Amino acid sequence: MKVVFTTSGDNLDAPLDSRFGRAPKFLVYDLDAGTFETVDNRQNLNAAQGAGIQSAETVARLGAKALVTGHCGPNAFRVLTAAGIKVFTAEKATVAEALKKYRAGELTEAGSADVEGHWV
Amino acid sequence: MILAVASGKGGTGKTTVALNLARAWGKPVQLLDCDVEEPNVHLFLDLAGTEREIVSIPVPEVDESLCDGCGECGKFCQYHAIVSFGTTPLIFAEMCHGCGGCALVCPRKAIREVKRRIGAVETARAGDIALVQGRLDVGSAMAPPLIREVKARLRPGLPAILDAPPGTSCPVVATLRGADFAALVTEPTPFGLHDLELAVETVREIGLPFGVVINRSGSGDDRVRDYCAGQNIPVLLEIPDDRRIAEAYSRGKLIVEALPEYLGIFRTLAEKLLSGAAAVPSAFSPLFSP
Repeated sequence: MKVVFTTSGDNLDAPLDSRFGRAPKFLVYDLDAGTFETVDNRQNLNAAQGAGIQSAETVARLGAKALVTGHCGPNAFRVLTAAGIKVFTAEKATVAEALKKYRAGELTEAGSADVEGHWV
Repeated sequence: MILAVASGKGGTGKTTVALNLARAWGKPVQLLDCDVEEPNVHLFLDLAGTEREIVSIPVPEVDESLCDGCGECGKFCQYHAIVSFGTTPLIFAEMCHGCGGCALVCPRKAIREVKRRIGAVETARAGDIALVQGRLDVGSAMAPPLIREVKARLRPGLPAILDAPPGTSCPVVATLRGADFAALVTEPTPFGLHDLELAVETVREIGLPFGVVINRSGSGDDRVRDYCAGQNIPVLLEIPDDRRIAEAYSRGKLIVEALPEYLGIFRTLAEKLLSGAAAVPSAFSPLFSP
């Protein structure tokens, strides 16, 4: 099973980015294999609108079943839910710390968007 | 002759210039407030005969019994207004630009278009001025289709002044397209110059002849003037930094009404820019220098 983390870096020690739609990169972690890859999301960093929707599409196409990020807006949440992806919000400093919490089942699943659209 | 009054920076005096040119012209003229997100031309006019028409754009609606989840609609949409992953698509109507492409590409004809209201167009008269203004609904982000509806009410043969929104993005381009000339209003400050340069790039890209109006002239520095001289851009008018103009504005009065000494310079410029025969001014010197 794959879990996506939002980040600006290339490895597990990189910071967890609090933005979802406009996160610079997605770190896709494969829980079964214990491996990861990063996917560029820069096209959405500069999008005028629809960044959350397209980012959610990207995560869905990556085949992820869960997303760990800082905040998630309403449109992105709708797409993620439709794609069967669980959303977890975390305020962790690094991807590794967020991953540890995820594995331990200590992250709470978001039941709805936690910010308005265009919160930054 | 269609004159667009635009600027990069907001608050430079587009509306002031558009209104005073229209009033100083003294003959029938159309004045279009294309700043549909916050139209303000109407605040300065005693209007009569206001009429209102609702404007809608077509947005998709999916017949779930026909949709097989092929996802062609989502692949087509540049704005992510329709999204599908092998399921019935999700529709984000507020993102939809109303192009109708999703309905066209749907192989099963499962998509039909329904109307979504985005705002209204209002028309009214104030003496020789025929006002047309767009009013975008709160919460709607689709300014360009509404601007096109405002411009669709242009009557050929009658000169028109378009008051553009600030900036250089889609709503501005939607306003400038089809105009004959652009007057770019700026102020003699570093911000004014910076955003003027962006506006100049935009009108050059569109291929529109243009000139510059320097407002609050004397309040800043000479950089805008130097830039225009270096680029061979005609300075159409310099409006001095006159406190009485600000006072008149704050009371909703036009410069040419409150301060008749300015009537002549606005009338001269209106005649140069709005008389069809005058074509395009190539390079004329400032009509007014403080």
